[in-house]
Amino acid sequence: MKHIKAVSTKIFEKTHKTGCGECQAC
Amino acid sequence: MVHTFIYKHNGKPLYFLWDVESGSLFNVDDVAFLCALNRYGEPDEAGRAAYEALDGERVAECEAEFDELEREGALNAPQKIREFKKNAGVVKALCLHICHDCNLRCEYCFASGGTYNTARDYMSAETAKASIDFLIASSGNIRNLEVDFFGGEPLMNLDVVKETVEYAKARAAETDKRFSFTMTTNCLLLNKANAEWLNAEMDNVVLSIDGRESVHNGVRKSVSGKDCFGVILDNAIAFRKIRGDKKYYVRGTYTAKNKDFCADVLALNDRGFDQISVEPVVLPDDHPLALKMSDLEELEAEYDKLGEAYIERRKTGKWFNFFHFMIDLEHGPCLNKRLTGCGAGTDYLAVSPTGDIYPCHQFVGGDDAYLLGNVRDGVLRRDVRERFAGYTVLSKPHCAECPAKYYCGGGCTANALHFTGSPDGCYELGCALQRKRLEVSLAIWFIENVTGNNAD
Repeated sequence: MKHIKAVSTKIFEKTHKTGCGECQAC
Repeated sequence: MVHTFIYKHNGKPLYFLWDVESGSLFNVDDVAFLCALNRYGEPDEAGRAAYEALDGERVAECEAEFDELEREGALNAPQKIREFKKNAGVVKALCLHICHDCNLRCEYCFASGGTYNTARDYMSAETAKASIDFLIASSGNIRNLEVDFFGGEPLMNLDVVKETVEYAKARAAETDKRFSFTMTTNCLLLNKANAEWLNAEMDNVVLSIDGRESVHNGVRKSVSGKDCFGVILDNAIAFRKIRGDKKYYVRGTYTAKNKDFCADVLALNDRGFDQISVEPVVLPDDHPLALKMSDLEELEAEYDKLGEAYIERRKTGKWFNFFHFMIDLEHGPCLNKRLTGCGAGTDYLAVSPTGDIYPCHQFVGGDDAYLLGNVRDGVLRRDVRERFAGYTVLSKPHCAECPAKYYCGGGCTANALHFTGSPDGCYELGCALQRKRLEVSLAIWFIENVTGNNAD
């Protein structure tokens, strides 16, 4: 692409759709 | 939704498009930026005139590139999730108000000199142990549990903290749980013995210092009104030395007295600290230290200034991490976390010195409508917890068009309550600053990770 540089794309495709609750709690 | 923003690096503008629903970031040239403003936003008169003056061929090139990215789902992506409700059943983190007393009298303290508008009270070992039992019993299948020792000043009740930690470790062994302990201290009692114990037992220690000596002494006084910066700084530096690479933060507050807070961040870094958070005070508009919407432009400029200093220092021997500039554009948390934020009222609760349970530390001692129960009896107000479970990015109208929504989680329910009377209201200044910090964080991420610090 000539005018646009992708920095990071479609992050949310990698996002887990369900949570396990084991991560840190603000 | 496509959010457009400009970040000035070394005096030159960097143009960005942030696709909110897909989580895509693009660095574009000035032509594409004007085209995007015209296509996705509402340009002002000058922006519209500049767009109309563009060469037609270059505009067509940009539009074709936008079309391609839209087909790929990376630009102007539709919102995929419309409804979400958190499970309010399990608890994984407790904030123990181990001491409603303090040896400082900070002018902006939301806890009214550490008391939270209650009697100067100290949590008993029996109540603390009942809290640990409550947490284990309420945690379901979750294995990793957290206990935060908070105050007031928790070091004023350190014997109970120590007894609680030993008890929790014993219970963890019996129940196949794992505890992480954290503490926030003003450092006044952080002598060598206390520092060594905290270093050994705490997963994270937060040291409260406001930055420059004059700023700190101006708002954080001893009970008798004396300056205390020297003692606090010496203790904090000594703790930093033994802490090594384990988690800690120096955490300051900026107020209307130091809207030039970039200088406070750098002053802390100059003292040898490399994990730093300096955060806006939250006070009613009539308080002399309050930050107001009329300060927004000045505060935004200060975050820009800090961003530039941050990039420069991280290239040198003065590398540091700034809490509100941390962002992960490759992994990050699950959807549940992005939509619900901190979990106050659901999986994160606070316990008063007498064992009363509240949605979070900022609700303690406040309106009894948010008193959920007691650690001896369990949670009684399930209706309130269910209400908090329903507060998500998707349920709050003011989040719908916000570019920061999936990196904020919907904001702070306590701040919203204090400013709007409802936990799901909009604390306007807090939201505006969150958006600004996201823009600076994204630009920093680009400069450091994509250009290798050669964006100019």
